[in-house]
Amino acid sequence: MVEFAMQHAWLVPLLPALSFVIIVLLTRPWQKLSALVSITGMISSCVIAALAAYGVFTNHALTEKPLVYAARWFSLGLPGAPDLQINVGVQLDPTSAMMIFMVSLVASLIQIYSVGYMEGDPGFSVFFSYLSLFASSMLLLVISSNLLQMFVAWELVGLCSYLLIGFYTHKISAREAAKKAFVTCRVADFGLLLGLLALQIVFGTLDMVELSEKVHHFEEYTTMGIMTLIAVLVFLGPIGKSGQFPLHVWLPDAMEGPTPVSALIHAATMVVAGVYLVGRTMFLFSEVPAAMELIAVTGAFTALFAATIALTQREIKRILAYSTVSQLGYMMLALGVGSLTASMFHLWTHAFFKALMFLAAGSVLHALHHKADVWEMGGLLKKMPITGGTFVVGGLAIAGIPPFAGFWSKDEILLMAYNSGHYVLFAMAALTAFMTAFYMWRLIFLAFFGDEKPENHPHESPWTMTMPLVVLAVMATIGGLVGTPWTPWDMNWANWIWFHEAHHGEPNYMIMIGSVVLAASGIFLAYQLYCVDKTKARAHALADKYRALHTLSFNKFYIDEIYLWFNHSIIDGAAKLFFMFDIYIMDGIIINGIAAVTRLFGEGARVSQTGRLQNYALVFFLGVLAVAVILAFTDPSSAGLMLGGVK
Amino acid sequence: MMLHLTLTVSLAHYLVLSAILFGIGLFGVLVKKNAIAVLICIELMLNAVNINLIAFSKYVTPGDFIGQIFAIFVITVAAAEVGVGLAIIIAIYRNRLSVNLDDFDWLKW
Repeated sequence: MVEFAMQHAWLVPLLPALSFVIIVLLTRPWQKLSALVSITGMISSCVIAALAAYGVFTNHALTEKPLVYAARWFSLGLPGAPDLQINVGVQLDPTSAMMIFMVSLVASLIQIYSVGYMEGDPGFSVFFSYLSLFASSMLLLVISSNLLQMFVAWELVGLCSYLLIGFYTHKISAREAAKKAFVTCRVADFGLLLGLLALQIVFGTLDMVELSEKVHHFEEYTTMGIMTLIAVLVFLGPIGKSGQFPLHVWLPDAMEGPTPVSALIHAATMVVAGVYLVGRTMFLFSEVPAAMELIAVTGAFTALFAATIALTQREIKRILAYSTVSQLGYMMLALGVGSLTASMFHLWTHAFFKALMFLAAGSVLHALHHKADVWEMGGLLKKMPITGGTFVVGGLAIAGIPPFAGFWSKDEILLMAYNSGHYVLFAMAALTAFMTAFYMWRLIFLAFFGDEKPENHPHESPWTMTMPLVVLAVMATIGGLVGTPWTPWDMNWANWIWFHEAHHGEPNYMIMIGSVVLAASGIFLAYQLYCVDKTKARAHALADKYRALHTLSFNKFYIDEIYLWFNHSIIDGAAKLFFMFDIYIMDGIIINGIAAVTRLFGEGARVSQTGRLQNYALVFFLGVLAVAVILAFTDPSSAGLMLGGVK
Repeated sequence: MMLHLTLTVSLAHYLVLSAILFGIGLFGVLVKKNAIAVLICIELMLNAVNINLIAFSKYVTPGDFIGQIFAIFVITVAAAEVGVGLAIIIAIYRNRLSVNLDDFDWLKW
């Protein structure tokens, strides 16, 4: 079974793709059937992924030498250059095995959740088809052995994100948000494509295994300058896809999509594709120290920046969205300081607790008929115990309270940042940890504790929605136990997923205790401001005292407005310039000019068409005369032959 | 003083005559306005060619009568051609009431 799963790992992306095709072509009119098809495909994919992951995590040889099944996709014979060969295939190593298991598990749970959440929506079947397509693309991305194949899957997940964010086509804000997501990622993907092209040109291959071997001694192929350029270009893709500053702007607006979409795409899976790409191409980035610094600084800044914005937001999903951006910054920071282990570990735990919190938020929205402002909620824990309880588990995990999952992964990142000497970044990350605990528990205290508002009539959600919450809560609790310093070595995360790292790190108790203290004090501060004080007067007083900062944070530091101004003035201005050029110069001078010249020649030539026979006869005679004269001077003998038949 | 004009008529003289006649005919074809005049000039050209053929036949290959026979063919063809040409001119005249070639410019742009 396990062997079968490992050898046929290509089934993992294929099964959801099949259910997409089946739903689109056959079962669209029958909603429950479509959901059944989709969930069946997803769960079977999850089972195969689990078996394959089991196979990988019992075979230590695969850490060094991944299992690759590849086939030729196409090859082009190029004149004067080496042949271009592109392969497609699956690559099974601990990182990809972990990812396919996590993605398929979370996707299955979210599909089950959607049965309850999307009840009654006219686009029910279409929604499941999109979810399946997305799951298929994401799994393809994760399991790819070739960077070009990964890029294809990258674009596909971007497409699915567009389709799913803009799912409520009747809402203008949703359509705009979908376009914003797609265009922002397109800007980033341009850089990624250029980077991939450069890699192909310089190294002649895009297969990850081959490329990692070649890049290791890149001096034979190219200079450090070119490598830096390639690394920066390739990193541009993750900046867009994983919502790093300055291309984070699409992620909060992506909350226009249905909540299962937010949970799946913008928390657990698609946004981590950028982090995953950097993780997979660590062989490239680790050779370019400047790029590593860039990644680390970008990550740390993004984490801090997004956390400061999350402090003042009012809509429940927006808080969670900025939280996602912040946590993605953590993952990038970990990669930048050279720790694939810590980054992937945080990716793993974050997927569970963030998806959990998004689904719980969806449950709240479902119960309150899509009222999203946390200030208008209160005391939901009483009427919605499962939702509230699981959200609290998520909050404990993200804040970093042991033994919940987030503590172990966040601690790992802080440890790696400290050990690598990046003390400023470490401080930024620690401050962000405090803020994370604060804003998340602000949300929890405002929404789930305190007095109930009389206009709300909440009720607990159906089992299709609460069951995934419970499963995810369990994962958020125990999911981190695979990576603690006290986990046995052959089960320990650090033993399986690593890159150029020391395998044994002593636990730094100072950092551990320090992070717990930060988390606890964040929670305590939130408790004081939003729970103890029934009228929340102290919170409002604090906001009034620092009104300028509060406004700055609430308006997302006006980044969107800056981009809008830039688009209107500079880009639209340039567009007008090119429009004028097109109308007056291209059309006016060149195109119409050529036409006018042609007409002039025509009018000149038409004079000779008199319609009179004698004029034509004159032309014949003059022609023969001219030929005779010319031939007489150049070639008299053949002239005689041609004109008179004289030999 | 006596001018010795010992002139024997040779091939060259006939050819020159033929050329001149041909040239006059050609000029007429190109310049004359009346269609019948053009037909007459065409006849002139054909006859010039006849002179040319017969001259070659007499001076170059006196034994064979190839040129003379060819000339008879040409005369025949010329006659037929004139018949057809006149028919065409009469048809045009019946339609347009004119034989002035300058008026026949319907193929003008």
